[in-house]
Amino acid sequence: MSKKAFIKIMLKDEVLDPQGKAVLSVLKSSGYDNVKDVRVGKYIEIDFAGEVKNGHVNLKGEAEEISEKVLSNPLIEEFTIEIK
Amino acid sequence: MNNKKIKAGITVFPGSNCDADVYRVLNDVFDLSASFIWHKDKIKDLNGYDFIVIPGGFSYGDYLRSGALAARSPVMEYIKDYAYKGGIVLGICNGFQILLEAGLLRGVMLANDSLKFECKDVYLKTLNAETPFTCALKKDSLLKMPIAHHDGNYFAEKKTIEGLNDKNAVIFKYCDENGDITDISNPNGSMHNIAGISNENANIMGLMPHPERSSEKILGSEDGGYIFKSIIKYIRER
Repeated sequence: MSKKAFIKIMLKDEVLDPQGKAVLSVLKSSGYDNVKDVRVGKYIEIDFAGEVKNGHVNLKGEAEEISEKVLSNPLIEEFTIEIK
Repeated sequence: MNNKKIKAGITVFPGSNCDADVYRVLNDVFDLSASFIWHKDKIKDLNGYDFIVIPGGFSYGDYLRSGALAARSPVMEYIKDYAYKGGIVLGICNGFQILLEAGLLRGVMLANDSLKFECKDVYLKTLNAETPFTCALKKDSLLKMPIAHHDGNYFAEKKTIEGLNDKNAVIFKYCDENGDITDISNPNGSMHNIAGISNENANIMGLMPHPERSSEKILGSEDGGYIFKSIIKYIRER
């Protein structure tokens, strides 16, 4: 059975998120006064092919490696991974 | 040695769009022998080139992050080898972003603080005139060049900035027409007005403004030409 990795990438808290700020300003001007802050991130699904020989652990390791080396820039972003 | 003997390679990725501009300036304005390197070209190495330019554009549509995908394409492995051996590599605009993503230069580009694509002439102050990219200039020389980018807001950790300063690796800063480095002359929110940096050995430089768009009088400024004149001077004299 194939397995999927669901990866969420967000800018670190200390990094200014211009997209989030733009969305926040639109929401405010649309009257959503309750909105305090908005951060925009990325959501990526990876479908792994075939059987997973070494189980969940290695798959998570591979997804972590991909997230760290390609999908995110560790200088400014952080990620979380869910395997299903 | 005439200029025709100087060989330049210009990398081309899907979405590069300043490649032809660089080609024209190197071949027609400075009379070099420049050729394109398609990112999938099966090349053995880049040793035959005197220098490499990674031009601007929107490689891979800026997907994931500006420069992120191009930085991981096969030709970049050759460029890394070439650069680690001391080869001269100039990354312009998206080329700068690619060099950062490839780890050849330190730091990262965030979206401009204006949230806008900034396309206008800016002034640059030369902080280090002793590099292959600036040796035809004098320290503190002012250059007028255009910028055209959405993600030019240079960001790095404090210790990285300190390292750059220690090694004189901040080559250009945005300034006003009098050479004063001010907030108002910073077009994108870049830390400390940084517009161009090099590696420690100064054989790799990333520059956000476009020297290839300012190397001919008809385009409003010839100041960008000093970057290429410097590279030529350096190669002739080494």
